[in-house]
Amino acid sequence: MTGWPILSVTTFLPLVGALFILMIRGEDDIAKRNARWVALWTTIVTFLVSLILVSRFDASSPEFQFVERHAWLGGATFYHMGVDGISLPFVILTTGLMPLCIIASWEVIDTRVKEYMVAFLALETLMVGTFSALDLMLFYLFFEGGLIPMFLIIGIWGGPRRVYATFKFFLYTLLGSVLMLLAIMAMYWQAGTTDIPALMRFAFPPEMQIWLWLAFFASFAVKMPMWPVHTWLPDAHVEAPTAGSVILAAILLKMGGYGFLRFSLPMFPHASMELAPLVFALSVIAIVYTSLVALVQEDMKKLIAYSSVAHMGFVTMGIFAATTQGVAGGIFQMISHGLVSAALFLCVGVVYDRMHTREIAAYGGLVNRMPLYAAAFMVFTMANVGLPGTSGFVGEFLALIGTFKANIPVATLATLGVILSAGYALWLYRKVIFGVLEKPALAAIPDLDRREILVLTPLVLLTILFGVYPGPILDMSAASVAQLLENYQQAIGTAKAAALMK
Amino acid sequence: MYHTIVFLPLLGCLIAGLFGRVIGARPSEVVTTLFLFISMLLSWLALARVGFGHEETRVVLFSFIRSGELNVDWALRVDTLTAVMLVVVTTISALVHLYSIGYMHEDPHRPRFFAYLSLFTFAMLMLVTADNLVQLFFGWEGVGLASYLLIGFWYHKPEANAAAIKAFIVNRVGDFGFALGIFAVFMMIGAVDLETIFAQAPTLTGKTIDFFGWQADALTLICLLLFMGAMGKSAQFLLHTWLPDAMEGPTPVSALIHAATMVTAGVFMVARLSPLFELAPTAQTVVTFFGATTALFAATVGLVQNDIKRIVAYSTCSQLGYMFVAMGVGAYSVGMFHLFTHAFFKALLFLGSGSVIMAMHHEQDIRQMGGLKDKIPFTYWTMVIGTLALTGFPLTAGYFSKDAIIEAAYAGQNPMAVYAFVLTVVAAGLTAFYSWRLVFKTFHGHPHDHHAYDHAHESPPVVLIPLGALAVGSIAAGWPFKEYFAGHHVAEFFRESLKQGGEIIDAIHHVPFAVAMSPTVAMLIGLLVSYQFYIRRPDIPVRLAEQHELLYRFLLNKWYFDEIYDFLFVRPALWLGRLLWKRGDGWVIDGFGPDGVSARVLDVTRNVVRLQTGYLYHYAFAMLIGVAALITWFMFGGR
Repeated sequence: MTGWPILSVTTFLPLVGALFILMIRGEDDIAKRNARWVALWTTIVTFLVSLILVSRFDASSPEFQFVERHAWLGGATFYHMGVDGISLPFVILTTGLMPLCIIASWEVIDTRVKEYMVAFLALETLMVGTFSALDLMLFYLFFEGGLIPMFLIIGIWGGPRRVYATFKFFLYTLLGSVLMLLAIMAMYWQAGTTDIPALMRFAFPPEMQIWLWLAFFASFAVKMPMWPVHTWLPDAHVEAPTAGSVILAAILLKMGGYGFLRFSLPMFPHASMELAPLVFALSVIAIVYTSLVALVQEDMKKLIAYSSVAHMGFVTMGIFAATTQGVAGGIFQMISHGLVSAALFLCVGVVYDRMHTREIAAYGGLVNRMPLYAAAFMVFTMANVGLPGTSGFVGEFLALIGTFKANIPVATLATLGVILSAGYALWLYRKVIFGVLEKPALAAIPDLDRREILVLTPLVLLTILFGVYPGPILDMSAASVAQLLENYQQAIGTAKAAALMK
Repeated sequence: MYHTIVFLPLLGCLIAGLFGRVIGARPSEVVTTLFLFISMLLSWLALARVGFGHEETRVVLFSFIRSGELNVDWALRVDTLTAVMLVVVTTISALVHLYSIGYMHEDPHRPRFFAYLSLFTFAMLMLVTADNLVQLFFGWEGVGLASYLLIGFWYHKPEANAAAIKAFIVNRVGDFGFALGIFAVFMMIGAVDLETIFAQAPTLTGKTIDFFGWQADALTLICLLLFMGAMGKSAQFLLHTWLPDAMEGPTPVSALIHAATMVTAGVFMVARLSPLFELAPTAQTVVTFFGATTALFAATVGLVQNDIKRIVAYSTCSQLGYMFVAMGVGAYSVGMFHLFTHAFFKALLFLGSGSVIMAMHHEQDIRQMGGLKDKIPFTYWTMVIGTLALTGFPLTAGYFSKDAIIEAAYAGQNPMAVYAFVLTVVAAGLTAFYSWRLVFKTFHGHPHDHHAYDHAHESPPVVLIPLGALAVGSIAAGWPFKEYFAGHHVAEFFRESLKQGGEIIDAIHHVPFAVAMSPTVAMLIGLLVSYQFYIRRPDIPVRLAEQHELLYRFLLNKWYFDEIYDFLFVRPALWLGRLLWKRGDGWVIDGFGPDGVSARVLDVTRNVVRLQTGYLYHYAFAMLIGVAALITWFMFGGR
């Protein structure tokens, strides 16, 4: 293979950086500055290393690549890592957004800077690990472990109702993870292994699939989040610091969708087919319901949070449509939403840092003082609306066109979201950006500074680039998606044949 | 050459948009305008090469979306239909750019304005050169974005912002149908590029799609869904409400986007997809119905409006209805003819109105005007030419195209053809009435606002040159092109770009004399009544309005469509949103979910747990127990 465990390096490099930060002594400004710089360089180097993955990745192969496998915990389980075309985009999204998060937190976070940076770096390790773990045990550790730094970030550096938000978040995820743990045990009992590629080939009995599917679903649906277990998200976003919101929306939510692709569809194909109507129903409700709720929000972050739930509805719908375009659209939509929602939360952060309020009513006419900000916000608003030419369009379009083939009423109702998203996104833009600058508090509000431009520029460029040329992401995942669906159809075919034999 | 036509405006947009503040307003104007003029010259060259020289081409730029069997390229398709649109778009756009240098000269945000104008032009060119439905949709939404930005250009005006959002959302309603139409095409054919669709379309006859339990004929359903998009973009009856409000944007925008080009995109789309519509007679009937209804409806509302731009806007809406009538009865080239001529005289009327508005210091109410013909004679005469063309006065451009449509409606073979014929003739009379009313009230009679009147002065040359050019076009766009659009050279001129049977053109030439004369007669009646009402006896319309108060209010309030929609859609959506949020999320889900549970838990742990640490340790603890349990399970599980 490649000689050095490049995937493990990507995964654990942030943790090394975290150790360095822990070694910094003192609480003075120099210590803070050092902590920031160490964190920034760690994330940048991690990102560069992860780019090596991209350059060496063979997109024509659907197999797992950069595989590392070592016995672990006395041989009870294996440290098994690897990425394929479905997980690699998420790894890159994670490593790519991290430096931006650190920069965005540069001056805003001024208390317990060291701890904050350590939390973020640990979080990065756990997130990358989640996307590259090839052993259930390992996956569970990364997946659930990732929540701890997030609880900390919201609970310590969050807003006034952070305790309530953290608790709500905790309660929901606890429910999901307990059920998933039980399912993992049952799977081990049945298949005798926790190795993910092995489990993908293992055919669970149909009745058991249903239970296992439901248990995993509980965890992933909360993470996604799907209606009706979405109510933790608006509160968590509102209370989280800007960078926390960015990671939450851009990456943590994607773990649910990734889980569906990695576990539900390949391991429980029969149950996925049987229960697809349930997912469709919840997705369509999510799209219409949360879009309507987004229309009447008064808090910028809540509005974007609700719009996230709606956008994730397209993802679940596309994935369980189990067509090439649906699944590819789901993946693309997740990556695109990772960029766009991250950018939107950063945009909210920009004005929040200046005015310390997220009330939509507190703003108005910002374009007069902040033309650059208005332009960037416009790009992201249009991407959120799914305007062709932005990345938001490609994912939505593929997911919908893929679902239409599978289920016309579902796709039709989901397309209503296209109208509603225009409603809430443009309304937000108008209230915040357009109009006359009347409020005295805003009279001296400055435009984007250099640091903010540095953070938002790459996101603007990527949003448009992937909107016009989505090839890099679609091609990266095409082979894996094709194989996933081939196995899925085959499994269903066998099940049907078996049913006929009876 | 085709690359240059399409991408020069984009380049202009980027230069003005990104560097406008660095290079200044004047260079931004000059660069964008110059680029558009180059684009225009090349477009005319393209029309000569493609339309008369028969050199269709297809240029693939690069791959757009590839996923499974879905394969979408960025490509430029240039055939005669496209070439006609290229000419219309770039010509009007170039003249509007030039005009805007004068019209917007006091505005501090000129680079932004010109960037938007060029952005719009680029999107529109991508739309008309589209080789597949997805690129068409890209251009479609792109012009929607530009329209949104330009309607809301004066962002300090609340009405402008409201109108911008309204335009975008109403268009999105149409796009909802358009998108579903694309999905349905892909489901049935497995491709979205025009070549394959047209080749496969005949095999779809007789197939059905189960649409919410309705066994719909596949082609009919596809065409109706796509037409829904056209209705939104071209402001047809039921989805027309955004167009009059769009007049909040600067006047050059109204001329370019909301009269000459963008709103005709729906017409273009139906013509582009004529091989599909030809196979779906039911859909054609629906198109005819909506076209005819819009033509009359908008004309009735136009009768009583007082805002100079809104009158012209309703007239646009009505003329678009005419074009759809032609599309519906299968006379695509005739519809394109009206699109072509209409672009010139309607842009002229808008730009002329802009010149009037400038002269009157941004007064738009025609009741405040009067007697301006001696003050701004050049504007007056060009407006008269535009009005003659719009009303179909013999030998003007509109005369040839509009009469051909009415004759096509008469000769048409679908169940709505007679309905369309009657309505379009009546609408022709109404058009003449309200168009001359506008001219008479604005330029004739006595001034009502003496202060503004005394200060009124003719616009600068940079404004008058486009007016002059368009006035020439309003006459010259008719007769020389007649044979190519509605005569003997149609088949040779359009060739494969339109799927149009030869019969309809023959039928047009053989309609009875009375039918051929009917629009002209209706037009003369409208003109005479208007003359009687507004020149000779100005008291009559006032009395009429008083006598028929209810009818007058009904028309003045545009058939109360805004109120009805607000009641039916906007309020319920917001109400539902609030209900779902407070009751659904807040009360039901949270109440029975986390809040309910946490209330119980908090009772127990309130005094023990402090802040973040408590829950966190719990969680970490729970997770550790879980992991421990797992490991134990593995170790002793015996496997």
